[in-house]
Amino acid sequence: MAVSPDVMLSGFDKPPFLKTLTVFDWIWAALLVAGAGFVYYRYGAVMDGYEIGILAGVVPAVIALGWNWKPLRALSLLVAALSLLAVNLYGANLDAAQTNFFLKFLISSQSAIMWMSALFVMATLAYFGGLFMRSDFTTRIASTLTWAAAVMGLVGLFVRWRESYLIHIDVGHIPVSNLYEVFILFSIITALIYLYYEGRYQTRSLGAFVLLIISAAVGFVLWYTFGREANGIQPLVPALKSYWMKIHVPANFIGYGSFSLAAMVGVAYLLRDRAARLNPQGLLATRLPSAEILDEVMYKAIALGFFFFTVATILGALWAAEAWGGYWSWDPKETWALIILLNYAAWLHMRLTKGWRGTPMAWWSVVGLLVTTFAFLGVNMWLSGLHSYGAL
Amino acid sequence: MYNKSSIPCRDTHLSNNTRAQRGTGAILLEFLGSMNLAITLLVVIAISSVIGTVLKQNEPYQDYIIKFGSFWFEVYKALGLYDVYSAAWFLVIMGFLLVSTSVCVYRNAPTMLRDMRAFRENVTATSLRGFHHRAEWRLPANAAATTDSITQHLTSYGYRVRTKVHPDYTVLASMKGAANRLGYIFTHVAIVVICIGGLLDGNMPLKVAEMLGKIKVETRTLPTSQVPKISRLPVNNSSFRGLISIPEGSVAKHIEVKIRDGYLLQELPFEVEVKKFRIEHYPSGQPKSFESDLIIYDKELAQPLQHTISVNHPLIYKGYAIYQANFGDGGSKLQLHAWPLSNTATAALDTQGEIGKSTKLESPQGPLTLEFIDFRFFNVKPAPPDSGRQFRDLGPSVIFKVRNAAGSAFEYENYMQPVEQQGRLFFISGMRETPNDEYRYLQMPADAKGSVERFMRFRVALLDKQRQQQAASQTALNSLGKDAESNPKIHQTLTRVVQRLLDNFVSGGFEAVTAYLQANLPAQQREQAATHFVDLLQQALQVIYNQVLAQEGAQAVAASAEQDNRQFFEDALNALGAMAQYNSPYYLQLTDFQQIQASGLQITRAPGKNVVYLGFGMLIIGVFIMFYLPQRRLWAWIRQEPDATTVIFAGSSNRDRIGFSREFAVVQEGLEARLTAQ
Ligand code: HEM
Repeated sequence: MAVSPDVMLSGFDKPPFLKTLTVFDWIWAALLVAGAGFVYYRYGAVMDGYEIGILAGVVPAVIALGWNWKPLRALSLLVAALSLLAVNLYGANLDAAQTNFFLKFLISSQSAIMWMSALFVMATLAYFGGLFMRSDFTTRIASTLTWAAAVMGLVGLFVRWRESYLIHIDVGHIPVSNLYEVFILFSIITALIYLYYEGRYQTRSLGAFVLLIISAAVGFVLWYTFGREANGIQPLVPALKSYWMKIHVPANFIGYGSFSLAAMVGVAYLLRDRAARLNPQGLLATRLPSAEILDEVMYKAIALGFFFFTVATILGALWAAEAWGGYWSWDPKETWALIILLNYAAWLHMRLTKGWRGTPMAWWSVVGLLVTTFAFLGVNMWLSGLHSYGAL
Repeated sequence: MYNKSSIPCRDTHLSNNTRAQRGTGAILLEFLGSMNLAITLLVVIAISSVIGTVLKQNEPYQDYIIKFGSFWFEVYKALGLYDVYSAAWFLVIMGFLLVSTSVCVYRNAPTMLRDMRAFRENVTATSLRGFHHRAEWRLPANAAATTDSITQHLTSYGYRVRTKVHPDYTVLASMKGAANRLGYIFTHVAIVVICIGGLLDGNMPLKVAEMLGKIKVETRTLPTSQVPKISRLPVNNSSFRGLISIPEGSVAKHIEVKIRDGYLLQELPFEVEVKKFRIEHYPSGQPKSFESDLIIYDKELAQPLQHTISVNHPLIYKGYAIYQANFGDGGSKLQLHAWPLSNTATAALDTQGEIGKSTKLESPQGPLTLEFIDFRFFNVKPAPPDSGRQFRDLGPSVIFKVRNAAGSAFEYENYMQPVEQQGRLFFISGMRETPNDEYRYLQMPADAKGSVERFMRFRVALLDKQRQQQAASQTALNSLGKDAESNPKIHQTLTRVVQRLLDNFVSGGFEAVTAYLQANLPAQQREQAATHFVDLLQQALQVIYNQVLAQEGAQAVAASAEQDNRQFFEDALNALGAMAQYNSPYYLQLTDFQQIQASGLQITRAPGKNVVYLGFGMLIIGVFIMFYLPQRRLWAWIRQEPDATTVIFAGSSNRDRIGFSREFAVVQEGLEARLTAQ
C-alpha cells in the first residue's frame, strides 16, 4: 500500500475553492483582467479617479460572479466579442450603421435591441408553450432564447455606449440615462436574475411568469421607439454628468429587477396554491415548482433586491450630497425609495421573526411590485422633484 | 422543518412570565422592543411619507390657499402637511422607530453575541433525532477515529468544531457564519446611527428656538441689511441649508434659509463673490454645464481663494459646501427702441431697462410701466422638422410686462433677432395675459435689410387719411373701369366703402372687416359680395404698400425682389391683422444689452454627515452579512458500542433552507463515504 490512510482520506475533504476552478475559469479571468488593462491603457488618461476605481472594482466582482455562476463566462465572452465587432465595424463613422450589413441588421445598438425584444417575446411564448404542452424540450428552448435575448440586449447597450461617443465626444455617456435605456437594462437584469434562479432551482416552468413582466418592459421599449421615437441618444443634462450614475442606476435596477421577479413568483405561488386546492392534478399544480421552492425563491429575490436597493439608495444619497447639496432632501424619488425599503423591511421581518409564509407573503410581494412600479414610473410621471431635472 | 432560533423580539417571548409579576418599566420595554410595534412603525412611516410626495412641499402659502380654499388650508397647515417631514407628529413617529430599534438591539444583542460563541455542545441524541436534516450510521471503526474523521471533514467545509466528551458518548458541535449575528447588530445599530446623524443635521434646534421665541421667520421681502436681528442666524449655527442668488461681480456674506413661507438669514464667516457665471452647450444646443467662478474672501486666508464650481462639483470650504444650484438674471441692462403701434400718430422713441426694475414710458393711452422680468441670452428651441438639426438657438430675448395706468398688465416675450420661419425672417413677440397662458405670437416680417422698418413704415402709411382716400379712390377706379367716368356717383360711393374697409382693417384687422361686412351686406349675396370686397381691400392695401416700396427707392422694387415683396405684403397683412389683439401701444425692440447673470448658490453645513455615512457603511455590511452569511450548525453525536460506533449527524441553519439542504446532503454523502472508507 503506497498511500497512507491520512492522505487517502483527505481526498474526502472539500477541495479548496481555487482548486475547483478549471483552466477555462482562469483563462476567462485573465481575459477580463487583460481587457480592463487595455481599457486603462487606452482611456486611462481621460478617466477620473472614481472611474478608474469603478473599473478596478468591476473586474474582481465579475470574476467572482462568473466563477460562482459559470454560464456568465460564456455570456460575457459572447457579449464582448459581438460588441467589439460592432465597435470595429463602426470605426469612427456612425453612418456605417446604414451601410454595413452586420451593423444594419444585427449589432448596431438599435438592431441588437430589436433582436433582444423579439427574442424576449419569443421566449415568453415558448415558456408558455412549454408550460401548457408540458414539454420540457420547449421550455429548454425558451431558456436558450432568454439567454440569447440577454446577450443581444447587453450588446445593444454596450454598442449604444460607443455610438454616443461617435455622435460627439461630449455627448458620450453610459446608456442608463433615460427611460428608454433603463427599460432595456431592466429587462436584461430581470432576465439574468431569473436565469440564475432557474439554473439553481431547476424551475423552468416559472419562466412564463417572469418573462411576462419582461415582455411588458419590452412592449414599453417598442412603444418608446415607434410610438414616441424617443430612442435617440440625447446628451446628458449637467446634473447627470457624474460617475455616480454608473453605479447608482445599475444598483437600482438590480433592485427593481429582483422585486419584479419576486412579485411574479408571488403570482405563480398564488395560482399554484389555488390550483392545488381546486385541481390538484391540473397543469399548474403539477408543473409549477413546489410551494416551498416558490416561497424560497421569492424570499431570495426580495433579499437580493433589498440589499441592492439599500446600496443604490445610499449611493443616491452620496450623489445627492455632491450634486444637490444634501444627502437627503425628501425629494419624491428619494422618499419613494425609502418607502420601498420600509415596505420590504416589514415583509422580511414578518417572514423571519413572525414566521409568515405562503399566501399572505405572496400577496404582499405582488403589492410590493405596485409600490415599486410607482416609485419607478409613477414618480417620474406625476410627481415633480429634483429627479425631474427641471432647471439644471 | 428548519430550526427557529429563539429571539426575544418574537412574541413567544412572554412564555412563562406573566405580566403581573413584572414592573411597568419592563412592560414598556417589552412594548417598545416588540416586533408588532416595529412592523407597525415601518408601515406607518412608509404611508405617511407618501404625503410629502403627492403634496408639493414648501410652496408659497398663497398657492396652497388657492388650491385648497382657506378652510382646508388651515387644517392642512395645522397638520404640518406643507412641511411634513419636519412636522412634530412625523418626527415623533421617527423617534419611536429610533427608540424601538434601540430597545430591540439592546434586548437582542446579548443573546446574539452569546449565540455567536455558543456551540451548543449539550445536544442530546433525542433532540438531534428530531432535526429535519439528519443521518444515522453504524460503523465498524472505533469512536476516536470516527471523531477525528468527522472533525477533519467538517473543518474542510469551513466549520469550526468543538468536541465535548461525555462519559459514554462524544458530541462534536460545529458552526460557521457566526458573524451572521453581527449582521443583525450592524444593521439595526446602523438605523439608530443614521437617525441620530440625521437629527444633528435636521432643523430641530431651529424649531425649538422658534418655539421659545428666540428666532422669528421673516416673511417680507427685504433688502439683506434690513432683516431684523431676530431673523438672523449667527455664524456658529452648526447645520443649515440655504440659497443665495449672486449677480456676477457681486459679493454675498449671507444666505437665505427657507422655512415654511418665510426665511431666516444665515450669516457666513466668509464672503463669496461670483466673478463669472457660464453655461456651456452641446453642439445640439442643449446645456452641457453650468459653472461659476467664485472668489472666497476670508480674513484667515492670505489671499482670496479662487475656485470654479459646477453641478456635481461643489467647493468644500471650512466644512461649508458651496453648490451650483441654479441661475438667473442678475440685472442685465437693456437698450430698447419703442415702435408705436397705436392709431394716433406717435413718435418712435428709445428707452432703457434693467431686469428686475421698471421703466416709465409715455403713450397716447397714458403713462405705462415696463416691468422687466427676465433676459435670456440663449433660446434653444426644437428646430423645424426638415432643417436637419434638432435644436436651434433663437438668440437673446427679453421678457417684460407692460402695465397701464389702470394697473392691468400683459406679459411680452420679444426676440432680439429676426427668426427664420419657412425660409422668411420675422420679428417675433409673444403676448399673454397671465403666466399660466400660452404666448400668442405676433410675427412681423423683416425687410431685405433684416429690419422691422419697412413693416413699421407700411403701418404708419396705412394710418394716413390722405393716402387711404387716394388708395381707395384708385382701387374703386380700377374696379369700375369705364363705369367710373360715366358714373362718378358710383365711383364716390365705392371709394367711400373701400375707405371704410381700410379704416376697419387698421383699427381691428380682418376680424373687424368681416364684422363690418356681416353687418352691412344683405344676407342673400353676403358670401359672394364679401369675397369681392375683401379683394378690393387687398388692392387698396397693395396701392399703399407699393407707395412705401417706391419711397424706399428704385433698388428695393427691382424685379428680383418682386417675389419677396409680394410675400412680405402678405406677411405684413397677417401681422397687421393680428395687431388689434396685441394690447400694447408699442412694440419694444431690443437693440442692445449688457448681460449680467446671477448664479444661484446653495451653501450648506451638515456636521452629521459623517455620522450618517458611518451608519450607511454599517447598514450595507450588516444587511449583506445577514442575508449571505447564514449561520449554519452541524452536530455529530458519537457513541462507542461494543461492536460498532453509532453516529447521529444533524444540522440546522437560520436562513437559506434550500441552500443548507444542499450543503447538508453534500457533507453527509462525503462524510458517509469517508467513514465507510476508514
Ligand atoms: C428601518 C428599520 C429596520 C430595518 C431596515 C431592518 C432591517 C432588517 C433586515 C434587513 C433584517 C434581515 C431579514 C432577513 O434576513 O430576512 C432584519 C432582521 C431582524 N430585525 Fe430588523 N430592521 C429594522 C427595524 C427593526 C426593529 C425596530 C426591530 C425590533 C423590534 C427589528 C428586529 C429584527 C430582528 C429580531 C431580526 C431577525 C434577526 C435574525 O434572526 O437574524 N428590526 N432587520
